[in-house]
Amino acid sequence: MSQETSASVKRARKKKNDEYKVKTSMAEVKRQSFLIVTSAIFLVYGFIFYYVPLGGWIMAFENYKPKTGLLHSKWVGLAKFKFLFEDATFIRVIRNTLAMGVLNLVATFFMAILFAILLNEVRTTLIKKGIQTISYMPHFLSWIIVTGILHDALSANGVVNEIIQAFGGTPIMFFSETKYFWPIVAFANVWKETGWNAIIYLAAITSIDPCLYEAASIDGAGRLSKIFHITLPSIRPTIMILLLINVGNVLNAGFEVQYLLGNDVIKSVSDTIDIYVLNWGISQSDFSLGTAAGIFKSVVSIILIVIANNMAKRAGEERLF
Amino acid sequence: MGKSKLKRAKGWDLVFVILNGIFMLAFVVITLYPVINTVAISFNDGIDAVRGGIHLWPREFTLKNYVTVLGKQNIKTAAIVTVARTVIGSALSLATNALLAYVVSRKRFLFKAQVSLFWVITMYVNGGLVPVLLLYKNLHLTNSFWVYVIPGMISAFNMLVMRTYMQGIPDSLEESAALDGAGHFTIFWKIISPLCLPVYATVTLFVAVYQWNSWFDAMLYNRMKDEYTTLQYELMKLLTSVMQQGGNANNMKSVASGSRVTPVTVRSAATVITMLPIICLYPFLQRYFVTGLTIGGVKE
Repeated sequence: MSQETSASVKRARKKKNDEYKVKTSMAEVKRQSFLIVTSAIFLVYGFIFYYVPLGGWIMAFENYKPKTGLLHSKWVGLAKFKFLFEDATFIRVIRNTLAMGVLNLVATFFMAILFAILLNEVRTTLIKKGIQTISYMPHFLSWIIVTGILHDALSANGVVNEIIQAFGGTPIMFFSETKYFWPIVAFANVWKETGWNAIIYLAAITSIDPCLYEAASIDGAGRLSKIFHITLPSIRPTIMILLLINVGNVLNAGFEVQYLLGNDVIKSVSDTIDIYVLNWGISQSDFSLGTAAGIFKSVVSIILIVIANNMAKRAGEERLF
Repeated sequence: MGKSKLKRAKGWDLVFVILNGIFMLAFVVITLYPVINTVAISFNDGIDAVRGGIHLWPREFTLKNYVTVLGKQNIKTAAIVTVARTVIGSALSLATNALLAYVVSRKRFLFKAQVSLFWVITMYVNGGLVPVLLLYKNLHLTNSFWVYVIPGMISAFNMLVMRTYMQGIPDSLEESAALDGAGHFTIFWKIISPLCLPVYATVTLFVAVYQWNSWFDAMLYNRMKDEYTTLQYELMKLLTSVMQQGGNANNMKSVASGSRVTPVTVRSAATVITMLPIICLYPFLQRYFVTGLTIGGVKE
């Protein structure tokens, strides 16, 4: 069904575009001079701030020194990349970034869908609205605040250890043992973004035809079977497109929380590619190595986006491009 | 038999409703508790707070933490800079993104496909930390206020959200205005913009929240310049000092110097000050970002 509709939408869109096919002529260019000049000004801006840094990628292939500049620094070819992949630390930060990225993605996705579906089952409008408003409050707090709050809650005399002790357990030092860090990061993301991510699913659920639920009720379906047979299948396209967008972002999920909550004791699990870039590129001023690591991240991200896009295409789902 | 099936469904529904209620209650408690707890600690005596056990209400009430925070020169500067970057940054972003969105949403525009592609690419490829830093250095944007508002001014995502909204406006409006002799800027300003206020509000809100919450740019580009510090960056320094020195060493220090505040309570006070504007405002603005998200979700 979705394939058929998307094909007809495409046809309609094409027809619409044809109507507006405008011949390039001097008169038309003159008529559009405002549009052309405005977009040209913004093009210059975009070129400087988004495209010029890509030229800086040359640094990764030379031994860049600020004194000699981009054009006269010594060319070293792939030496910096060779160093990266022989560096055990770099391999470890790749592992950490991927592991935390995937963990975050799965956890936030699952929680957002679960929360949206369950909130939809709350029948009192006022309570529903109230819970929803509360739910996206954390999204507006900065990571500084969120990590600070989390640090308090998990500290030696924080509320979590109070609860553990109340049940007779011994207090846990959450930030000095490596095994707790990844779940803590995933929890931080879930806490901050569940309500916000649920907005889009709730909007999708609202647009489901109520007749479907009524018909199911007449057939004796309970709430759970309605969720599994009506709600979930109806929001499947939304889930797929969001999954697609987020897969490309997996490597981008690794900076603020890890930088703020990580410490020397648990560095081996908390450092990510972005932190590696910061350490080498800025603190150690090895611009070339920092750039090389950044390029690696960009390239992997783009590959992930393309793969996700192709998989969606094959599954007959909506695509990004 | 049909009846008993119905009855069974109802019984399970009751279980479901109860479990759902428990889930929602837990969700609300987990979301709100840490925030309320921070407020409680921020009003509590520092030395007393070390004992722990403060939950929803301060045990030994004091305003000293707030006095300490507001007495710091850096915090005053940071507040001014943060407000300035939020206001100026949002205004600049709104003006530029809206104008660009207008241009690429014109159906007759000769280069609309190329210009759109140019901006879409920027969403997926970026130069990375080091080349960007060097660029800003060369443009003399580092050690200046403008690094907060100029570089991120146009974002392809916000622009595309506006474009999608503008594409939904009937062409007849533009055409009739053009017949009356209106130029493109007049059409943008007098016809399209008044109709786009909801999406303008959405994008402005996104940018404002981003500006208010940023700290990394202050640390990276303006580390040496205290006059351009921001609230979040100051908060970050307080957080790091709490984490690195650990509770006890600090408490000994404050006992020795006779003050009754500790890094933990001071940081709580700074946190409350920083999040207060956002927590007060967002419930009233929620309908705007909900529209924006749903437009952004169904992008072409």
